[in-house]
This record gives sequence, structure tokens and C-alpha cells, in this order.
Amino acid sequence: MSLTEETFQTSRSDLVSNADVVDFWQLLKPRVMSLVVFTGLVGMVLAPGTLHPVLAAVALLCIAVGAGASGALNMWYDADIDAVMRRTARRPVPAGRVLPGEALAFGLSLSAFSVAILGIAVNWLAAGLLAFTIFFYVAVYTMWLKRWTAQNIVIGGAAGALPPVIGWASVTGGVSLEPLVLFMIIFLWTPPHFWALALFRREDYARAGVPMMPNIAGDASTRNQIVLYAIAIAPVAIAPWFFGFAGPVYGIVSALLSLEFIRRAVKLRSLGDADNYRAAKSLFGFSILYLFLLFAVLLVEALAVRIVGA
Amino acid sequence: MADELIRLTDEEQKRRRRRSVALGLILAGLVLLFYLVTIIKLGPGVVDRPL
Repeated sequence: MSLTEETFQTSRSDLVSNADVVDFWQLLKPRVMSLVVFTGLVGMVLAPGTLHPVLAAVALLCIAVGAGASGALNMWYDADIDAVMRRTARRPVPAGRVLPGEALAFGLSLSAFSVAILGIAVNWLAAGLLAFTIFFYVAVYTMWLKRWTAQNIVIGGAAGALPPVIGWASVTGGVSLEPLVLFMIIFLWTPPHFWALALFRREDYARAGVPMMPNIAGDASTRNQIVLYAIAIAPVAIAPWFFGFAGPVYGIVSALLSLEFIRRAVKLRSLGDADNYRAAKSLFGFSILYLFLLFAVLLVEALAVRIVGA
Repeated sequence: MADELIRLTDEEQKRRRRRSVALGLILAGLVLLFYLVTIIKLGPGVVDRPL
């Protein structure tokens, strides 16, 4: 009797979706998506040339949906890890609101649609870059690097760094030095950003068995590496002004922000284990502001130049 | 045989309806998107084609 009931219960939960629309929205990782759209937009605005406003909007939509599809596929594959981490346990798949198969189908459909529409409506280089980004995030980062090496987010960061390159390619049909500099800014920003998070979410990652840097190399080594990356990103952050595709305002702002980033990283290092939690959390918050402000100033300057030049 | 049918609860029916409405809106959006892209890509050429 109990066996029969259990069989029925299992098959019912497999057959009846309990998902609400908001659950599918959460599968897209909207907060990550907003940063991707923003950096993609900056790549488009900085690019020389013009793109019809509707096609530009379509390109941004495709970049957003492609990023969301990556998030959905990541949540499908990582449901076992997400379930044991406090930060992610309430995500739709581990919480049981969305079936794994639903998340997989949702992610694959959105991937195919976003790449195909970007290719048809805009150009196939941008579409190819979007397809590569999704592949890199899902297959290389999520399925391979994340559970295998402490360098997971160092290499995996390439996926998150590609949106400005896609934005640039959407307008120009090519790739040049400028979008590669933008790529490098995000690429070098990713490790200190995620390691700051990993410092104050250490137990979460340990429970899930994800080899983040603090769990493998220890907190002290992680803090040292955060300082090194904060120093390494400074010249790259100033490079848009140096290469002439950003103005003096960006030059000054990026220099000041980079100095503050280094100062906070050094402070985190000097604190050692004392008050590590709060300092790491504060650095994590600042790293988001840092990247946002760099790209916001790039955007405002580029728009101002266009308006004055028009 | 009738016992084997799965009956949705009120909440499940509401959620299914909301999913259907969302899917319908997305499909309508795609129709509009394809229409706009076609007009923009072809421009005046949309009416200038061999019959």
C-alpha cells in the first residue's frame, strides 16, 4: 500500500509542474543578467558606427536572454550543490518548484532562440560570440572547472567578460582592441570579486565541496591574491583613457576607484583573520560598485560625446 | 481507470494558467519582433520583390 502511494506521489510530482512564472524568471539570474546587459550596452555605445535602435534593442535582448539561459542551465546542473548552500538553497530547482527537466528545456530553448535571433537580426559574429559565451559558462565553467579547480572563477570569468565584446561586435561586425580592453577589465575583476564572496561564504562552499580559493589555499593566500588582482586591474582599468577611447573624466575616476580598490584589498589583507568577515563583505560590495562605476562613466562619456558631436 | 487521472489542485491550475498567459505574451512579442526586424532589414525592399 505504502509502495503504491509512494510510486503515485513520485510520478505525480514528475508529471505536474509546480512552477510559477516568477520561478522561471528566477532561473534567469536577473541580477547577473542586469550587469551583463549593462556591460553589453557599454560595448555597443562605445563602438564606432551605428545600428538601428530597434536592432540594437534586439541585440541587447538577445544578450540578456542568452545570459539568462546560461543561468538556467547552471541552475539545472548545479541543483545538488545549490541545495546544500545557504545562499542558493531557495533557488527554484533545489527548492522543488521547477523540475530539473523544465530548467534544462527552458535553458536550451532560450539559448537556441537568443543565438538564432541575434544572428538573423544583427550579425553572425555577435551570435557566434554569444553561443561561445553560453557554452563556456555552462560546459567549461559549470560542468568542468567549478568542481575541479580553485582557478574555476579565474578561467570561468571569461564568460562574464564577453558581453561588451558581443555588444561591440553587434555594431561593428568585428572585434578590435577596445572591446578586448573591456573584456580584460571584467576578466581581472572577477577573481577578487568572487574570492571576497568566498571568504565570507566559506562554510557554504566547503559544505558543497566546491574548491573555492579560501577552501583550498586558505584565507591568507586568498587575501594576498586579492591584493595582486586589485593591483593588476588598475592599469587595465585606466587603459581606455590611455588608448584614447575614454576621456579624462574616466581617466581620473578609474584611477581613484582603482586606488580605493587596492586600499580596501590591502586593508583586508592586513586585518588577517580579525574581522575578516566584515572586511570581505565590504570589499565584495565595493567590487560591484567599482565595476558599475567604471562602465557607467564610460557610458556617460560616450553618450555625451555623441550628443555634443551630433 | 478514472482514478489514474491526475487532478490538478486549484493552485496548480492557477499556476498553469499564469504560465500559459506568459508563454502567450512571449509568442506575441516574438511575432512583433520578427515583423519589426523584417521591415527594418528589408526597408522599402519589402514591397519591391519579383512576383
